[in-house]
Amino acid sequence: MSLAKSPWIIHVNCNSCNGCDIEVVACLTPLYDAERFGVLNIGTPKQADIMVVTGSINYKSVNVLKNIYNQIPDPKVVLAVGACASTGGIFHNCYNVIGGVDQVIPVDAYVPGCCPRPEAILDGVVAALSILENKKKGNIKGKEVKLKGNEVPSNA
Amino acid sequence: MNEILKILLVLIGAPIVGCLIAGLDRKITSRLQHRVGPPLLQPYYDVMKLLQKDNIVVNKSQNLYVVIYIIFVVLSLLMLVFEADILMIIFVYTISSVALIVGGMSTGSPYARIGSSREIMAILSYEPILILYAVAIYILTGTFNLSALDEASNPLLLYIPFIFVSMLVVMNIKFKKSPFDYSTSHHAHQELVKGMFTEYSGPGLAGIEIGHFYEYVFLLGLMFVFWKVNILMGLILAVIAFLFVLVMDNITARVYWQWMVKTSWTVLLIISVVNVLYLYVYDIKIV
Repeated sequence: MSLAKSPWIIHVNCNSCNGCDIEVVACLTPLYDAERFGVLNIGTPKQADIMVVTGSINYKSVNVLKNIYNQIPDPKVVLAVGACASTGGIFHNCYNVIGGVDQVIPVDAYVPGCCPRPEAILDGVVAALSILENKKKGNIKGKEVKLKGNEVPSNA
Repeated sequence: MNEILKILLVLIGAPIVGCLIAGLDRKITSRLQHRVGPPLLQPYYDVMKLLQKDNIVVNKSQNLYVVIYIIFVVLSLLMLVFEADILMIIFVYTISSVALIVGGMSTGSPYARIGSSREIMAILSYEPILILYAVAIYILTGTFNLSALDEASNPLLLYIPFIFVSMLVVMNIKFKKSPFDYSTSHHAHQELVKGMFTEYSGPGLAGIEIGHFYEYVFLLGLMFVFWKVNILMGLILAVIAFLFVLVMDNITARVYWQWMVKTSWTVLLIISVVNVLYLYVYDIKIV
C-alpha cells in the first residue's frame, strides 16, 4: 500500500525531440505539482520505482536504456511517454530507429500523444501505481535485459 | 526504571518526531513555492516503500556503514538526553557523519566520491564552531557536563548570542539545505545525481532516512540547550532554528563549497572566538 504512496520516477530521454521532456518537467511545476502524489524526480536508477521514457529508441541509446532498466530494483514499472516512445512515432521508419520502447524492454503503461499533456502524464503515473502494487503482491520480477551491443532486434 | 523508560521514549519517540519534522519541512517548502505539496506523513510512506524494495549493493560492507551511522546518531541523541559531556557528544556525533562519508567512498561511484569529499569540507566548516560551543559551556559552568546547566541562573543564549548565530548556520549545513545542499543534493541531480547516497537503494536508503529522523531531533536538541532552564523557551528556540533553515533553503541558491568554508572560517569563526574571548576575559559564570 505504501508502494503506491511514494513513487519515485527516473526520467530517461532516449533520442527525444524535447517536447515530451518539457511536458514531464511541467508536471513538477506548481501548476500540476506531481509531489501531491509523493512523486519525486530522482536522479539515480537505484532509488527509482517508475521509469519514464521519452523518445524513440535508436542504436545509440539502446544500451543506455537497457543498462538503466537493469539497475532499477524490483518492483519496477516502465512508462512510455509520447508517441515516439510508444510506437516510434513519426520517426518509426527512420534508418537508425528501432521503434518504441517495448521493442527493447517490457513496458507496463503507455501515454500516447505528441506531445502528451501534463495531465495525461500524471494520469499515466497514477495508472502505473496499481501495476506497481500488483507486481509487489505477485512477486513479479523484471527480467534482466541482456546487453547485446548495437545489433538489430529480430522483430524490428 | 525511569532511565529505561527514557531510553525507550528516545528510541521510539525520536523517529516519530523526526518524521513529522521532515514532513513539515516538505509541506512548508511546497507551500512557500505555491504548491499543494505531499501529505504530512510522506517521509513515513517513503521509508515504508524503501523497506519493501530489493536491496542492490555494490559491495558487502556498504550497508554496514549505514548501521554504524544509525548506532552513533542514536548514541549521541541518548547522551544529549542524559545530559552527558557535550564534548563527548560532539565527538560521537562526528563518527556518525564519518560513517556516511566512508560508506559513500566505499561504493566507488564518482558521484558518491564527489559528495563524500564535499561532506568532509562541510565537517571542516562546522566542527570548530561546535567545539567553541562546548568551550563556551565549559567557561560558563566550569564543566563540560550539560547537567550543570540545570542549576544555571540565566539561559546560555544571553551570554553566547554570537555562537547562537553561528549555530543557526551550522544547522543549515547539517540539515543539508540550500545554500549548502551540495553533498546529497535534492536539487542537483543533473550534475551530482544523489551525492553520497547515489549507490544506496531500498533498505539501505531507508536506514539512512531513519538515521536522519534521529539526527533532526538531535540537531534541534543542540539548539534547545541554549535555553535549557525553561523548557518552553528551549522549544521555541528549536522551532526558530527549524524555520530559519526552511526559509534559508527557499530563498537562497546553491553556492560553491569554497564559499561555505570561507564564510565559516572567517565570519562565523571570528564572531564565535570573540564571544568565547569575552567570556574568558571577563570570567563570566552562570553557575
